[in-house]
Amino acid sequence: MSPANAVIKVENLTKKYQQLTAVNGISFEVYEGEVFGLLGPNGAGKTTTLEIMETLREQTSGKVLIHGLDTTTHSNEIKQLIGVQLQAANYYPSLTLLELVDLFAGLYNQQPNPEELLKMVALEEKAKAKYKELSGGQKQRFSIATTLINKPKVIFLDEPTTGLDPQARRNLWELINNIRNEGTTVVITTHYMDEAENLCDRVAIMERGKIIALDSPDNLIDNLVASGFERIKSVKKANLEDVFLHLTGNEWQVE
Amino acid sequence: MKKYSQLTAMLAISKASFRSITRSPSAVVFTLLFPLIFILVFGFLGGNGITLELGIHSGSDGKNEVYDALKNMAGIKLIEDKSDDALYKELEKGRIDAVLNIRMNPDAEGPRYFLDMQTSEASMDKGSVLQSVMENLVNQLNLKDVKPAAKIAELRPSRVKGRKYSMIDFILPGQLGFSILSTGVFGTAFVFFNLRQTLVIKRFFATPIRKPFIIMGEALSRLVFSMLGAIFIIAIGYFAFGFTLVNGFITALMMLLLAAIGLIVFMGFGFIISGLAKNESMIPPLANIITLPQFLLSGTFFPIESFPSWLQPVCKALPLTYLNDALRKVAFEGAGFADISSHLLVMLLWGVIAYALATRFFRWE
Repeated sequence: MSPANAVIKVENLTKKYQQLTAVNGISFEVYEGEVFGLLGPNGAGKTTTLEIMETLREQTSGKVLIHGLDTTTHSNEIKQLIGVQLQAANYYPSLTLLELVDLFAGLYNQQPNPEELLKMVALEEKAKAKYKELSGGQKQRFSIATTLINKPKVIFLDEPTTGLDPQARRNLWELINNIRNEGTTVVITTHYMDEAENLCDRVAIMERGKIIALDSPDNLIDNLVASGFERIKSVKKANLEDVFLHLTGNEWQVE
Repeated sequence: MKKYSQLTAMLAISKASFRSITRSPSAVVFTLLFPLIFILVFGFLGGNGITLELGIHSGSDGKNEVYDALKNMAGIKLIEDKSDDALYKELEKGRIDAVLNIRMNPDAEGPRYFLDMQTSEASMDKGSVLQSVMENLVNQLNLKDVKPAAKIAELRPSRVKGRKYSMIDFILPGQLGFSILSTGVFGTAFVFFNLRQTLVIKRFFATPIRKPFIIMGEALSRLVFSMLGAIFIIAIGYFAFGFTLVNGFITALMMLLLAAIGLIVFMGFGFIISGLAKNESMIPPLANIITLPQFLLSGTFFPIESFPSWLQPVCKALPLTYLNDALRKVAFEGAGFADISSHLLVMLLWGVIAYALATRFFRWE
């Protein structure tokens, strides 16, 4: 990732809710074309950080620049540059996917090709299905499709795989990799470490509003090993998830 | 970067929201089915129309053409066995709709009879209907006479033309008004509560559309849906049950405009409820607090004059009373906006109150 070109710059970001400090003076950069992971337990401040970057929340202090634009003063320009997938967000349940694409096309003032867009997230056969008839994995894939309508520079994904079965998760990873390969920067939060290891070029690990580590997954693991850490249980060449996926198949599932 | 159009984004929301409304059973039931059932029921029931109670003044000349004609007229009940004092008391309370004094003209010039009719504010609707009926009657009587110079009777002049006031002319505006009230309050409260709860609105925030345009987009779709409902109701009434549209198409347009104003006012209450409700099951009771009293007391089914006098001030404070009355005046009497300006003013006042509270209670998240 060099020469590194920062799409997002976060400087000394702090967010306080009355007594609680959700985000406590964090700084980091996200480089163009990478998948950047925000990891951490629930309540670590991942979603708050994400929502400030998405201009959905205002910080107490500090600064966030997206493509050189300040989130507090240029939120409308930034919204045109980014795609946002929210944790647990929904859509009009009785509308079909094509109708919802039409809605977001209007909201972003864009004229996308709906079939192509749905094909990208492997939902072309569900084009005329209502949103409420989709499975959990399909809903998440559709949600990601809506983030791509305005051909964004950066997309933000907030725990996109929470609650999905192993196949649906793998499918989503593949999708996110495809999006990255098209040149879109991806910022993702998760609390699954295998997901971060698989997807992310770099990760920031958060705890109680602070970043306690920031590096590539490989470097973080190497550093830990170098410090003399050893796994208690010897590592087999496969784990139970591999067995499960081997037995049930790793294809796009007709969910 | 291409200039971003808030209007395009707003219309996209309207379109999606409209599709969503048409697929929601409750919206269709409230806006179309519910009023339609009542119109059908009353349309088939009420062939003869309502009864107008006319008190006959003791000073009246009892043997004349006017009296005979009134006596034989369906839908008019003459009250002759009461003293003038009692008559006027009843009139004040709205128990009877007018007091008529038929006086012989002492001069040779002019009509043979003067008909002094007093109506009352307590029974404005029926009073003005009676006036139309009387006018109609006088015209008929005068036409019968071969010599146009010698008119039989003269009623004080009025712009209202005589026409038959049937049940549908009373019930349809009331049903239309109530349909507007319930879609305005229930529809708005549920939709904004659900959009907030399921984070649909939050997802909109992540797009470049500004907040007021989100509300306007949603409101526009509801407005269009309600107007289609109103057109449907008026058309059924007009074509199937002979609902009176005095000036035809223009009258229908004015009714739609009134309905639109009413809807915008009532949506304000919906916004308040969507903000106050902590969960979905709180919405129906809250919405019923707004709609039920108006359903009963605003002249939807019964003229407000039929309520006891101590209840009248309550009736006359409710916004739906004014929407219903204005709709009836426009449809039946051909009233213009100047004639219903006081109605509009009261509705506007309620709108100001509702939206002032709505901005206080409305929640985005």
